Amino acid sequence: MLGFSSKQLIGVGVFLFVIFIGVPLVIGATGRWDFFFTLTSVALLAIASAGVWLTFYIGRINIGQGAFALIGAYVSAILVVKAGWSFWISLPAAGLFAAVVAVLIGLPILRLRGVYFAMITLVLTQVVTLTALALPITNGAKGISNIPLPSGLSIFGIPLIPDFGSMENTKLAFYLTACVLMVVTYAALYRLVNSRLGHLCRSMQQNEELASSIGVNIAYIRIVIFAISSFFGGIGGAMFGSIAQSVYPSTFVVADSVNFMLNCFLGGLGYVFGPMLGTLVLYFGWDLLFEIGKYQMLVYSMILIAVIRFLPNGLLSVRFGKGDKK
Amino acid sequence: MSPLIQVKNVTKKYGGLTANNDISFDVSENEILSVIGPNGAGKSTLFKMISSFTPTTSGEVIYRGERISNLKPHIVARKGVVRTFQETTIFKSMTVRESVVVAQHLRAKASLAGYFWGSKTAQEDVSAFGKYADELLEFLGMSEISNEQASNLPQGSLRALGIAIGLATDPKVLLLDEPFAGMNHDETMNMVNLVRSVRDERGVTVMLVEHDMPAVMNISDRIVVLNFGEKIAEGTPSEIQNNEKVIEAYLGSVDDEIGM
Ligand SMILES: Nc1ncnc2c1ncn2[C@@H]1O[C@H](COP(=O)(O)OP(=O)(O)OP(=O)(O)O)[C@@H](O)[C@H]1O
Ligand SMILES: [Mg+2]
Repeated sequence: MLGFSSKQLIGVGVFLFVIFIGVPLVIGATGRWDFFFTLTSVALLAIASAGVWLTFYIGRINIGQGAFALIGAYVSAILVVKAGWSFWISLPAAGLFAAVVAVLIGLPILRLRGVYFAMITLVLTQVVTLTALALPITNGAKGISNIPLPSGLSIFGIPLIPDFGSMENTKLAFYLTACVLMVVTYAALYRLVNSRLGHLCRSMQQNEELASSIGVNIAYIRIVIFAISSFFGGIGGAMFGSIAQSVYPSTFVVADSVNFMLNCFLGGLGYVFGPMLGTLVLYFGWDLLFEIGKYQMLVYSMILIAVIRFLPNGLLSVRFGKGDKK
Repeated sequence: MSPLIQVKNVTKKYGGLTANNDISFDVSENEILSVIGPNGAGKSTLFKMISSFTPTTSGEVIYRGERISNLKPHIVARKGVVRTFQETTIFKSMTVRESVVVAQHLRAKASLAGYFWGSKTAQEDVSAFGKYADELLEFLGMSEISNEQASNLPQGSLRALGIAIGLATDPKVLLLDEPFAGMNHDETMNMVNLVRSVRDERGVTVMLVEHDMPAVMNISDRIVVLNFGEKIAEGTPSEIQNNEKVIEAYLGSVDDEIGM
């Protein structure tokens, strides 16, 4: 099926069972409802990280995903609060808006390589933050708060998604929604990487000159990939804003952009599912280190350096060994 | 018959340095034409302008009546004029077969979306690419190394891989920049025969830059000689071997370089 081996299908089945049934059961049994919020955040951050991973895949270090997450969060919030759109329509709109911005920004900056591209993207998040502070529509430093919970969605009278506002347990609903989005994102990413576009990306990552000599329109593919990457960022950010029911200029900051990138490094740039694992480990790792107080950042940084030093291909390389892709 | 490629008064200046000065010559269909000259003569620069990897300062290159200079490399490649590189230029972490498969992407019938969803056309493409890759590697005598990672190959095979990637695009004109570099005598002779059969069996017009004079004399229908960015001679191998300007340009190493 779609080129999956039976072993992979079993793996996917187990994973889906765990996130959709296992986790809610365990949380229900233990009563640790706060974990829903944590895991929802992980799933949404993993969506944004998937985009960053994709820009790595064309050989560009992207430290600007926070910018697109913030754009997505604002676009959705504005559409819901000021224009009265349904959240479920504002969600793809937020992704598309982020993608359009990525095309406009990408045209000039995607020619840059290596550290130059990375540095420009590092500035992007700050630029978007400052823009959000300055624009009237984003409401400056006060941001947009009191975003209503997502309303129900029905198509041709068939209810697809219930009204979140009338739910008792929105935590579970948000968790399930985030998981569905994450699964769809990574399934799309997997297909993309293993299709012709993915192969062309790989050729560009390894040698742009050789790629263009065999007829690859590298400028075009760079833009397409950066747009898809930012689409993921916009979606993740929009969903985040809806859960928090508010967006501020500081909802995503430069540190978040750096973390999106670190998630990819940590999980493994050679593995499609690397950023998902990286996000989980980094998020929980940071929380656990909270216990040690003021040394949190120091220990955190040292562990990261050690991982990148001793596992240059990321955490997943331990599991799969050398040379194995996916 | 009008020529396949016309190089018309092409000049390339890098700041104060003139790498190519007012170069003109024609290439006929199905010809093997070599461009020779001492180091720094401007041979690679000329190839880069023909393949639009670098713009001309003035002049133009015409292919089948269309200008192909000062465009983008991928556009020229799509028209069927494909270059290889003087420096080792490979997809490092792809296998030989993967490289040859990806190089066939221009022949794809299915759209990118078709590939994403795994449409029937896309699946047919994929199996056709695989089949053609195996055929091509067999033809080039590279079947044994088809599953080797490119970065693990010895120098001689790297040159061959570069040519295989170029050929996989199904070019009409192939520009080979020093295809025999780093090869020993036997490997070179083997490659000479291969390049000739690429022309004979696949109808590919070949232009090549080479320093290996015996190989050049053996393989070429015609030769263009550059020196300090100027074209100093053009003719058949025997005409070039007896051309005084050429002998002068190579003076000091006449015997071993020109192979006389
Ligand atoms: N990008 C560049 N910028 C500036 N000068 C250049 C550039 N590329 C080539 N040159 C100069 O142009 C001249 C011709 O270079 P070119 O590479 O075409 O020579 P070549 O005939 O291929 O030499 P070789 O046999 O050593 O490969 C040289 O003097 C070189 O230094
Ligand atoms: Mg050269």
